[in-house]
Amino acid sequence: MTDANLLDARRVTKRFGGLVAVNGIDFTIPERSIVSLIGPNGAGKTTFFNIIAGIYDPTAGAIRFRGRQMIARTHRAFLEPFLWVGPAAVMALVAAGAGLARAPVTAVVALGFVALLLLIVMLLGAVARPLWYRRLLVRAGIFRSSRPNDMVEAGLGRTFQNIRLFHNMTALENVLVGMHCRLKANWWDAMLSTPKDRAEEARAEIRARELLHLVGLRDRDGELAKNLPYGDQRRLEVARALGSDPALLLLDEPTAGMNPRETQEMMALINKLRTELGLTILLIEHDMKVVMGISDRVTVLDHGEKIAEGTPDEVRRNPRVVEAYLGAPAA
Amino acid sequence: MTAIATPASPASRRRPAWFLPVVSLGGVAAYYLLLRFVFGIGEGTALQQVANALSTGAIYALVALGYTMVYGIIELINFAHGDVFMVGAFVSLFFLVQVLGNTGLTAPITNLPVLLLLIGAALLVTMPLIGLLNVGIERFFYRPLRNAPRLAPLITAIGVSFILQNIALVIAGSGDESSPQIFPIRDWRLSIGEITIPYLSLFVFALAMVLMVLLQTFVGRTRLGRAMRSTAQDREAAALMGVDLNQTIALTFLLGGALAGAAGVVWGLTYGYVRSDLGFNAGLKAFTSAVLGGIGNITGAVLGGFIIGFVEVFATTLGQTRWSQFVVFVVLALVLVFRPAGILGQQVGERA
Repeated sequence: MTDANLLDARRVTKRFGGLVAVNGIDFTIPERSIVSLIGPNGAGKTTFFNIIAGIYDPTAGAIRFRGRQMIARTHRAFLEPFLWVGPAAVMALVAAGAGLARAPVTAVVALGFVALLLLIVMLLGAVARPLWYRRLLVRAGIFRSSRPNDMVEAGLGRTFQNIRLFHNMTALENVLVGMHCRLKANWWDAMLSTPKDRAEEARAEIRARELLHLVGLRDRDGELAKNLPYGDQRRLEVARALGSDPALLLLDEPTAGMNPRETQEMMALINKLRTELGLTILLIEHDMKVVMGISDRVTVLDHGEKIAEGTPDEVRRNPRVVEAYLGAPAA
Repeated sequence: MTAIATPASPASRRRPAWFLPVVSLGGVAAYYLLLRFVFGIGEGTALQQVANALSTGAIYALVALGYTMVYGIIELINFAHGDVFMVGAFVSLFFLVQVLGNTGLTAPITNLPVLLLLIGAALLVTMPLIGLLNVGIERFFYRPLRNAPRLAPLITAIGVSFILQNIALVIAGSGDESSPQIFPIRDWRLSIGEITIPYLSLFVFALAMVLMVLLQTFVGRTRLGRAMRSTAQDREAAALMGVDLNQTIALTFLLGGALAGAAGVVWGLTYGYVRSDLGFNAGLKAFTSAVLGGIGNITGAVLGGFIIGFVEVFATTLGQTRWSQFVVFVVLALVLVFRPAGILGQQVGERA
């Protein structure tokens, strides 16, 4: 495939026991486009969405995101604890052996001390995961899976169909959590409040306020998320997703439950995200006005299979789509 | 009873920042007056008991923080936490015995800089070690069960508790192991007129307060603290926003363990003995504190710890040491009848 595609899913299949939720779907998202995924209830939209977001592993198929293979499954990750216990255990055994061989006491104690020190360093590494530790893991052939947070790091942001903000945190803090993986402060930086940490936090806060401004939540930054009105909560979700500086934004029914005016505003916001931030957007939506209004391309799923793909006009005229929606005209 | 003013997650009804400290101070004063005039305890004894309660409460609060943080983030009641605290007390004991043995210092150290240095060193050794022990426990025992039904990690936690207890039994035997009381309790006392209070109680209280304020700042103000709070509220959403769950949960165990380690050091200084079943009793009280204050709430755990400390000392003051457990749990039951989520706990519906 060409490099112009931001996301490239090939023959993605997902089975839950006997149920085939997603069946061999090929799907691409070109750079800087707005692509919609539609289909009747139970068509496999959400499953497919979750596969892209890294929640589910596909049963078969491959996903390339920004040219990177994203489904690297857990590979010997269970060996990790042995990495941190192993060297220390060897040292401790050597110390015990030296003790049995009646080596001078100080030598045994020193060996034991080094073993303890080694264990502490490795364990701290396992908690903080600095670069040297990750390199060591790779050297030892222990790989982590591509879990949701790795997808976010790779440049994928999302919102939720049913709002899942951190309700007891302020709007600003919600966005700052979204920025989490782009900030670098370690726990010792944070604890000691180093200049590096303070500068980073200050910059992050400025950026978070910019994002809140962008989605139209100026002056609401100190408000607890749960106290915001519904439409604002949806917008805050978008701002939070933008915090991780994504290349691809997944919007799961962004206008669900909104009144016509709020829907209009959300559509304007989505367009603005593309033109101003150069984002690529994947949309799941039930509101056909929204889908047909802003999408460059529409993909229709039914019973886990792709039944149509094309511009909104092409899809609207496709007889299989009309049939899938029980003859209802896709207005 | 606590000076922590900023709760980690603002309560649903916003209270002013001075509310908790002022109410706590008022509570301590009321407690003193109660002892003094209702029960007719002498002035000196009453003040001493208040100091005593502050230091006992500080230990419970430090341990309770570990329970509450772990519960807050993975909804696991970590029954092994009391025993982690016990291991902390033993590590501190071994360290102090080694140092005293190798330097020729003898138990009450009256040289202040040396004393502070030694206590600092004990904390510096014990806190990271116990924190890492807790991380190891999480890695080996709880993480594989993270998506299992909630009963599985709970039973595992009880198992880990027995494992730690029995390891301690094998290494240290079943009796009391006496811990060097390097802080001169009898000689160093604050005198107010004819009344004297051991400085140790005040030191313990101050140390606990410093650690708790540090924790509160860490959780409330830093990037990793934000990650912890977001994980506590919605684990999956946090992961989908780029928070590394494994790292965040490991960090929570590290902090909880480190505080339990500090509590272990303080225990040795205050009571002068450690035994292998220490974790059960102290753990139970600390867990009670966490529930009393509202499990999952950091300020609540501290508050609960001090309340339990005060209640227990109250029973002891009246000469009813045998009844102290009874009183503690009656208080717990009463509070839970009227506030099922604990004093500062949020009603369940708000989490969703």
